[in-house]
Amino acid sequence: MGRVAKIARRTFLIGSAAIAGGVAFGVYAVKKDPDNPLSADLSDGSATFNPWVLVDSEKVTLITPHGDKGQGVMSSQAALIAEELDIEFGQFETSFGKPSPAYWNRAFAEEGVPFMATDHGFTAETMRSIMGGVVKLLGVQGTGGSTSMADSFDKLRTAGATARETLKLAASQKSGVPVGQLKTANGAVQLPDGTELKYTELASLAATIEPVKDVKLRDKSQWRLIGKSMERIDIIDKSTGTLPYGIDISVEGMLHATVCVNPKKGGSLNGFDASEAKQMRGVKDVIEITDGVAVIADNTWRAFNAMRTISFDWGNATIPPEQEEHWATLSDSFKEELLDSTWRDDGDAEEAFKDGASFSAEYRSPYVAHAPLEPLNAIMLVTDDQVEVWTGHQLQRQLQVLVAAITGHEQDQVILHNQFMGGSFGHRLEFEHVKQAAEIANKMRGTPIKMTYSREEDFAHDFPRHISMGRGQGMVKDGKVTAIDLSLAAPSVMASQGGRANLPFPGPDSQLAAGAWNNPYNIDTYRMTAYRAPELAPTSSWRAVGAPAAGFFFDSLLDELIHEAGADPMEERIRLMGHDVSRKVLETAAELSNWGSDLGPNRGRGVAFVESFGVPVAEVVEVTNTDSGIKIDKVWCVCDVGTIVDPINFENLVQGGVVFGLGHAINSEITYSDGKADQSNYHMHEAMRMYQCPDIIVKGLENGTKIRGIGEPPVPPAAPALANAIFAATGTRLREMPFNKFIDFV
Amino acid sequence: MKLTVNGNTEEVNVEPDMPLLWVLRDELGITGVKYGCGIAQCGACTVHVDGVAVRSCQMRVGDLDGEVTTIEGLGSAEKLHIVQEAWIEHQVAQCGYCQSGQIMQAASFLEFNDDPTDEEIDTAMSANLCRCGTYPRIRTAIKTAAKNIREA
Repeated sequence: MGRVAKIARRTFLIGSAAIAGGVAFGVYAVKKDPDNPLSADLSDGSATFNPWVLVDSEKVTLITPHGDKGQGVMSSQAALIAEELDIEFGQFETSFGKPSPAYWNRAFAEEGVPFMATDHGFTAETMRSIMGGVVKLLGVQGTGGSTSMADSFDKLRTAGATARETLKLAASQKSGVPVGQLKTANGAVQLPDGTELKYTELASLAATIEPVKDVKLRDKSQWRLIGKSMERIDIIDKSTGTLPYGIDISVEGMLHATVCVNPKKGGSLNGFDASEAKQMRGVKDVIEITDGVAVIADNTWRAFNAMRTISFDWGNATIPPEQEEHWATLSDSFKEELLDSTWRDDGDAEEAFKDGASFSAEYRSPYVAHAPLEPLNAIMLVTDDQVEVWTGHQLQRQLQVLVAAITGHEQDQVILHNQFMGGSFGHRLEFEHVKQAAEIANKMRGTPIKMTYSREEDFAHDFPRHISMGRGQGMVKDGKVTAIDLSLAAPSVMASQGGRANLPFPGPDSQLAAGAWNNPYNIDTYRMTAYRAPELAPTSSWRAVGAPAAGFFFDSLLDELIHEAGADPMEERIRLMGHDVSRKVLETAAELSNWGSDLGPNRGRGVAFVESFGVPVAEVVEVTNTDSGIKIDKVWCVCDVGTIVDPINFENLVQGGVVFGLGHAINSEITYSDGKADQSNYHMHEAMRMYQCPDIIVKGLENGTKIRGIGEPPVPPAAPALANAIFAATGTRLREMPFNKFIDFV
Repeated sequence: MKLTVNGNTEEVNVEPDMPLLWVLRDELGITGVKYGCGIAQCGACTVHVDGVAVRSCQMRVGDLDGEVTTIEGLGSAEKLHIVQEAWIEHQVAQCGYCQSGQIMQAASFLEFNDDPTDEEIDTAMSANLCRCGTYPRIRTAIKTAAKNIREA
């Protein structure tokens, strides 16, 4: 199929997304900016210039609409505004704001189009622009896909600049000094004679002025904040136990609740006996909710305790009950009628493999839980007039829609107080816990209900990362890799997630193949095909979504081919690389890790390269094969995000991503028996603890042309880099995660 | 029932088998101590009893024998504990949910050993889970805190 035909078919995804969302598509509607939500309840004497800046006589408030689940975006978003507003940390407050279409995430469009991140051609850019219009029309506010910085970088700097210029107009009116002679610094306009007019003093006058629209953003050379290490806004509170997460919020008159939903996935509740629970101290009520039961008590522990005494009659799971059936389903899904898309087809694969392949292998990636350390929770107060919600969530507007559907309110009657999140890794894109809290609170109108999952409930209903199976083959010739052909089969994570959120997901699922089709290698033959298996266990986006599985398959296969060819793993990747920015990433990793130096006996090093979310990442892992198992000694991670906003936070997130990728690759999977997850708590799904954590050296490059996020991209290369290193040290090739099923670790 | 928390005497009317964690969080409103797993697998609930780190999710309040210190009692923004200072200097926290427990564990550990090796740090800290993966910075912060304690 030619390139044009392929694009035409993929265009369907974009067209139908607009239809599915029920919006009329017109140029005017796209160009019109959504209303500024800060205008709605603006008090006298306060000024707002755009949806991100609010100034009154007391303080400057910067709205940072992306959710903060640990990536530090509350700080980095504020820094972008403050950079142009000329205000320093400590001189402003921050707020997550309230849900609004004004906070639509333009960077979601980048990931929504089926073009390689390295493709900046006319068609790709046009499609991104069209998709951006769709996201804007739908008012999709959300945090995910490492989009926060890409979405915010120009937008929030512009917000700061327009506010600054409007405040200068106000200062000019007040002082009579022409705007051109005014300067700004430290939250004030400075007159030529040295007088300072604080922004707060100018608020009431500025409120009467039409905000300045066209501003020129400052050149990189003038940045005060961006690119320099910052002290995170939340760092002192997080180090003194004083930052409240959703689970820590208390509302006057609040009761505590917990739920138990049928652990057999999809199964119903046939009956239950709560007679003992109802007699227990502090228990207020036991009620039925969708597919389960809620206990309401005066204390979380009493609710947990009472729940343990309830006997349930559960219906059977609606998913295949045993794990082996899940794998068998994937194995049977490599067939034409389940073709999701041929994502890449460089060269002529049929011709290349007509006499068979030099090498072939099968790979597996298991279900894995998100298990953020703060268990899922939500506080909800339903009254006849409105619903108030306190929780940390990544999709604020859709939360309003789903709560309103349960309580019978309008969307704008649902008031969400978004909270700092104790981790997410994708779990706080889900709504089941919020819907359950709404069911309980709706039955107990007038009483605020704090619903908290036990850790066991959190594991039982963690919509895990999808399972995936890869089958690859390749050709080598004259010491070089000449053909690579990877197919994989997996259920669609986006369809599963979208189905629960009432967000239809038409067209092929680009995440199934992410990390496998989009690596910017120039290989004579490079084919990547994704088959969509039927839905098995319900799944959800797990940090980096598709790329931890597909990237593991692709890079492992490439590594095996390089060994078949007898080439050096680093040199051959560099030779094959067809993208300058990515080649530099690999070359830097080689240089920093002193690739090629002698490691001594029982040691090995491996490299992996995976591009995800537009970020090329190379990781080098060094291991020692000790008497008590594999010890990971050191990891180098090199990536290019175009512009690094905060170097210290960047390093922390990259290190965390490597730990997340390695830890789960070694130790963690979710499996099903009788339709239930076998793993119930952290002792059965540990990921990484400190004793296994290597030294991690991070290098961020800034050669890319677009700014990208770093939350997810360091995760995918970790598993293949480790598997490649273990092969180098031991000769054992690991083709399935978690690795500890096949080899011991220290 | 009476208990001493962060130097204050508190009176609570609860079952003796209620874990200290939930007495602190739901009865006394002290929320720096976190619920993570309920079975001593994550360490987010770590507090000190007479200076020794314990998992408050496993400590029945009826068995409590000693003064309780939570992260709020260890130090404050105005008067940081030496371990908290190191945590801020190295910008350890990401989501931060585990960090109260990490800091309480580290503070107790450094009371007994202010010149730990890497192995000793790993042994002391490996029962405290961090899902965000801040372990490299926790290690560095502990070394800085140890150095500052030795030089104090």
